[in-house]
Amino acid sequence: MDLFVNAIVAGILLGAFYASVSVGLSITFGQLDIVNIAHPAFVIVGSYIAWILNSRYGLDPVLVGILAAPIFFVVGVLIYRIYYLAFERTGQESLSGLAFFFGVMFIIEVVLILVYGVDYRLVSAGYLGKNIDLGFVGLPLRLVVPFVVASVMTAAVWFYLSRTFTGRAILAVAQDRLALQLMGADPVKIKQFAFGLAIATTSIAGALLIIIGPVEPSLGRVYIGRAFAIVVLGGMGSIPGMVIAALLIGVVESFVSSFAGPSWAPAVAFGALLITLAVRPSGLFGRT
Amino acid sequence: MRKTILDLSRMILATFAGLAGAAEPIKIGFSMALTGALAGAGKGALIAMEIWKDDVNKAGGLLGRKVEFVYYDDATQPAKVPPIYTKLLNVDKVDLVVSSYGTNEIVPAMPIVMRNKMVFPSLFGLAANEEFKYDRYFQIMPAGPHPKTDWSAGFFQLASQQNPKPATVAIVAADAEFALNAAAGARENAQKMGFKIVYDKNYPPATTDFTPIVRAIQAANPDVVYVASYPPDSVGMVKAANEVGLKAKMFGGAMVGLQFAAIQKNLGPQLNNIINYDFWVPEPTLNFPGVKEFLAKYQEAAKGKGVDPYGHYLPPYAYAYLQVLEQAVNATKGFDQGKLAAYMHQATFKTVVGDVKFAKNGEWAKSRVLMVQFRDVQPNNLEQFAGPGKRIVLYPKAWKSGDIVYPFNQ
Repeated sequence: MDLFVNAIVAGILLGAFYASVSVGLSITFGQLDIVNIAHPAFVIVGSYIAWILNSRYGLDPVLVGILAAPIFFVVGVLIYRIYYLAFERTGQESLSGLAFFFGVMFIIEVVLILVYGVDYRLVSAGYLGKNIDLGFVGLPLRLVVPFVVASVMTAAVWFYLSRTFTGRAILAVAQDRLALQLMGADPVKIKQFAFGLAIATTSIAGALLIIIGPVEPSLGRVYIGRAFAIVVLGGMGSIPGMVIAALLIGVVESFVSSFAGPSWAPAVAFGALLITLAVRPSGLFGRT
Repeated sequence: MRKTILDLSRMILATFAGLAGAAEPIKIGFSMALTGALAGAGKGALIAMEIWKDDVNKAGGLLGRKVEFVYYDDATQPAKVPPIYTKLLNVDKVDLVVSSYGTNEIVPAMPIVMRNKMVFPSLFGLAANEEFKYDRYFQIMPAGPHPKTDWSAGFFQLASQQNPKPATVAIVAADAEFALNAAAGARENAQKMGFKIVYDKNYPPATTDFTPIVRAIQAANPDVVYVASYPPDSVGMVKAANEVGLKAKMFGGAMVGLQFAAIQKNLGPQLNNIINYDFWVPEPTLNFPGVKEFLAKYQEAAKGKGVDPYGHYLPPYAYAYLQVLEQAVNATKGFDQGKLAAYMHQATFKTVVGDVKFAKNGEWAKSRVLMVQFRDVQPNNLEQFAGPGKRIVLYPKAWKSGDIVYPFNQ
């Protein structure tokens, strides 16, 4: 029984972290139709910034992630400008745009390697290595802190998208660009803002990643498949759907690791994705 | 008179041609993991290899010729390795080849190297020649003639020597070549030495959280936990074991990464009492001639390069596998691959990792897989790992520097 409960709890903690990695992608890929394959690479940049400021000045990784988010936002805006001018404006965004983000991913990796080398990077913080024990349920702070921060961040993004004018405009831009223009909003500026917001989330997700485990420049590749799968499973752009999908993948992975064998975890998680898509092609919360 | 001038011209031309030939560098080709998951070790290995090249060139070169490297980044992707070796041998026309770092990168090179009948000094491949049985393969990692089982023999022998003898074992391994080989050997040793295996599972390399795995192991209640893992997983496993409060009496085995200074510093006291494999630690019993001088050069060269600052684990062996090749070339006075292989099979090589003698299958004739136990590790202190006292050699007896602390969780 305690193994069962712990598996569920560990899965939820892990799922919340997956949500933090996927929330930005849910905006770019799910809502803006931009296949930003470099999204996890930005997460790794977030991890490196957290590591640099943590190892040099002892700053808490989460604090660094929050402080660096506005800079990531600006970087995101600039990248979208380049993408828009080079590809989207000329209607070449599908294949050339994909190649562009592949290029961005490789550039990020190579720059990290050249500047910081290839050694594994880790952070230290007072709460790492400590546990909250609730009877037979153990909650390692290494996972609880990312869970709390990821939940707050994802909720804030959802609140922003669903309750503010700009947020609603972001949701509208992918659905009906012309209608948005008629409302007096500039779709390019809206997309630019949305892309900046998506990249800003990677700053915090990166800080959470390095709290959980060591990071090296190419680690982002591990999360490409998982993050895209979560966005697709959630329903392409639905933040609540993405959260449910992330928790589902986390719980399935944890459950299978505990009871059937860890090597089955990705197969079962992605099998669940395929079955869901077969039954509901638009994803869990997708519009049919 | 005309004939004399012609003869003189021919002599001058021949002399220049000879000089040009002598000046032609010897090219050694290899692929190396300079990016990707194994790049931390791969870059460290490359620094060590460059030190060897500089040392040899300063001493006049190999057979009087300068040594030059031709290498490509395999990005830790096995699929990239065969085309690299094909290019090295067919386009770059290298004189000698050596391997990349690690089993997963060595195995894909084997068919190409074998087709070209090249001698293949290899850097840290576990049982990579087991299926190929290539008689020109020479492994510098001291895994021993039966690498799969020799790798974990020390761990299980230490377990069997405890009183009361532990009875049950859990084996958990990454789903990748090296870890699966290590786990297969551990399984064999555990059964041979009378342990009951109560948990035996693999995990996928992209695993983020290891707490469910450690909890499942805990539920099986093993006395001994043997882990075969790669660096990020090893960190995850150690952290999860501490968080869950793993109750095993022995914990460790084949965890790659616990040998790297950055990881040691971060894990700190969480490492205490873990028993893990290693190949060189700064204990007085392992003070081989030249190793300290080499490490001083490495540590200077590694500064600011984002690689392991101490280089205890892999770099001495990356230097040594080229020392072996150097001594074989000097002894056979050429690059005849058959003669080189024959010499390497019968000679004993003097290297910075001690005397090296190869068995028939190209592995070390006698295993020297060390089982070291982390002791008295303090938090957030990198310097503590520079000297002796933190990684005590428990096995083999010949290199032992201290006694085991048992059980793990005391």
